[in-house]
Amino acid sequence: MGKAATVTPVRDRTWLRRRLHWGWGALVRRQELIVFLLLLLMSAALGLGTETFFTGTNLLNIAIYVSWFAIAAFGVGIAIIVGGIDLSVAAVMALAGLVCASTLQQGLPLPVAILLGLLSGTLAGLLNGALVSKFHLPPFIVTLGTMGVARGITLGLTNGAPVRDLPEAFRLLGQGALVVGPVSLPLPLLWMLLLATLVSLMLHQTVLGRYIYVVGTDERALLVVGVPTGRVKLLAYILSGALAAFGGMIMTAKLGVASPVAASGYELDIIAAAVIGGASLFGGEGTVTGIILGALLMQITRNGLVLLGLPTFWQWLTIGAMILLVILLDFGRRRRV
Amino acid sequence: MPVPLLEVTNIAKRYGHIEALRGANFTVYPGEIVALLGDNGAGKSSLIKTICGVTKPDAGEIRFNGQVVTIDSPQASRDLGIETVYQDLALAPDLDPAGNLFLGKEILYPGLLGWLGVLDKPEMRRQAEASFARLNVKLQDINAKVVNMSGGQRQGVAVARAMVWASKIILMDEPTAALGVVQTRNVSELIRQVKAAGVAVVLVSHNLPYVFEIADRIEVMRLGRRVARFVTAETTMDEVLDAMTGVTAPQEAA
Repeated sequence: MGKAATVTPVRDRTWLRRRLHWGWGALVRRQELIVFLLLLLMSAALGLGTETFFTGTNLLNIAIYVSWFAIAAFGVGIAIIVGGIDLSVAAVMALAGLVCASTLQQGLPLPVAILLGLLSGTLAGLLNGALVSKFHLPPFIVTLGTMGVARGITLGLTNGAPVRDLPEAFRLLGQGALVVGPVSLPLPLLWMLLLATLVSLMLHQTVLGRYIYVVGTDERALLVVGVPTGRVKLLAYILSGALAAFGGMIMTAKLGVASPVAASGYELDIIAAAVIGGASLFGGEGTVTGIILGALLMQITRNGLVLLGLPTFWQWLTIGAMILLVILLDFGRRRRV
Repeated sequence: MPVPLLEVTNIAKRYGHIEALRGANFTVYPGEIVALLGDNGAGKSSLIKTICGVTKPDAGEIRFNGQVVTIDSPQASRDLGIETVYQDLALAPDLDPAGNLFLGKEILYPGLLGWLGVLDKPEMRRQAEASFARLNVKLQDINAKVVNMSGGQRQGVAVARAMVWASKIILMDEPTAALGVVQTRNVSELIRQVKAAGVAVVLVSHNLPYVFEIADRIEVMRLGRRVARFVTAETTMDEVLDAMTGVTAPQEAA
């Protein structure tokens, strides 16, 4: 009895290794870990280089700005995992924020306004998904078109003017905090954690999530067993649109104003965040944890550049260089497999 | 001869200017191992794709158990009890063997969780392990992704999947093309098990000695048509080769 207990069965050991991701090869391959270490390094450097980085207000601000950014990035991550892309994300954020804000100004109740905002994102996602899955159009072009349409509607509806004076109850969703004892958790962060959990469960524990990964890796594996992959893609883009809408509404609630040009140019940052966090542009790879880390890295980079006093113009260069570097890494990673 | 389980008649299929199938016929009897032979471009793959629902024929008729059926999708083929082992296996590389075994037929938790589409992974793994054990498919690590497995183990997963779900016919496209001697023997073992279970096997292969070792019957295609049918025990390799290469007059075999 005692003798047998000292021997770990082979299968249990591999199970343990899988759980802990043991082995140096596995460690290096995990992009999340690299990004995490990079984050620590950057934070340490910024902590030493600036007086303001490790202040409560600054860290809180980073967390809040990361929140809606990451929520939208979850959606784009899903589109990327399924083997596509969603360039319409930022425009849909602005659209949903505006739909929600203007219906609130018309006097509609808050839940209805939020549902309508979500609906606008879902419809944008439906358009993307339908064009990609039914007509087999390239996702890049399709979502580029939707991006124009969504931004156009947003600008057209407002004549370019922002919608202000949003009701207190709505702004609270972005500006409030959940206070439990000594801990005060900003609501945007709470929404992000909630959606991170839901999206992660969807991706890893449900049939839909499994199919999303398989479609992204090798669509034929599903086609030959009779699963309609078009429907999987459609749902992926709908989720992407809905998550972008959610992120856009949180953003609007926090800023207290729905600007038709809100989030302009964010699409590349959001895609970069997902890819930095390990979502592969070749499809079939990516995790929610990675996307959050990627979003944090992007935000801390921006924040750091500001704190270090560099002109904002140089942010474009830095972020652009980061995107190129990450795509190179992604490409190299894929080629080795 | 008993009533055919699957009777494919006069199938035509063109790809642009190329006539892949020109009125092809093919017959499968219940529980037999039948080899589909032919030179490259004879139309074997096109015929198999028609039966497994990957392509739709331009003309022709498919009878299953005497009934005319339409196989317009892989799902329709699977619904008839036909499973296919593709030459490239068509497994999902990032899933484990259990995930591949249940791909498209996932087991969900009962109740609310199932309604939400939550996978019952432990149950699928349990059933998969039992299936692999029953079929004598040896896997080093049941938790590994199939992409990290050897060719033989992957083949084992693909064949096991077909065996678990097929109730009538398994189509195998070049099942031994990429395998070594021992692994080929393992696949033969599996094929005999399938037959013992009363499921018919259609074998597409170039490997004549292998076909003679395992098949009950042989049907030969040439230029998009069936040109000969043999009972393996009553023929010789030379005779079959002559039919494949067209030394014997290409005529429709009744």
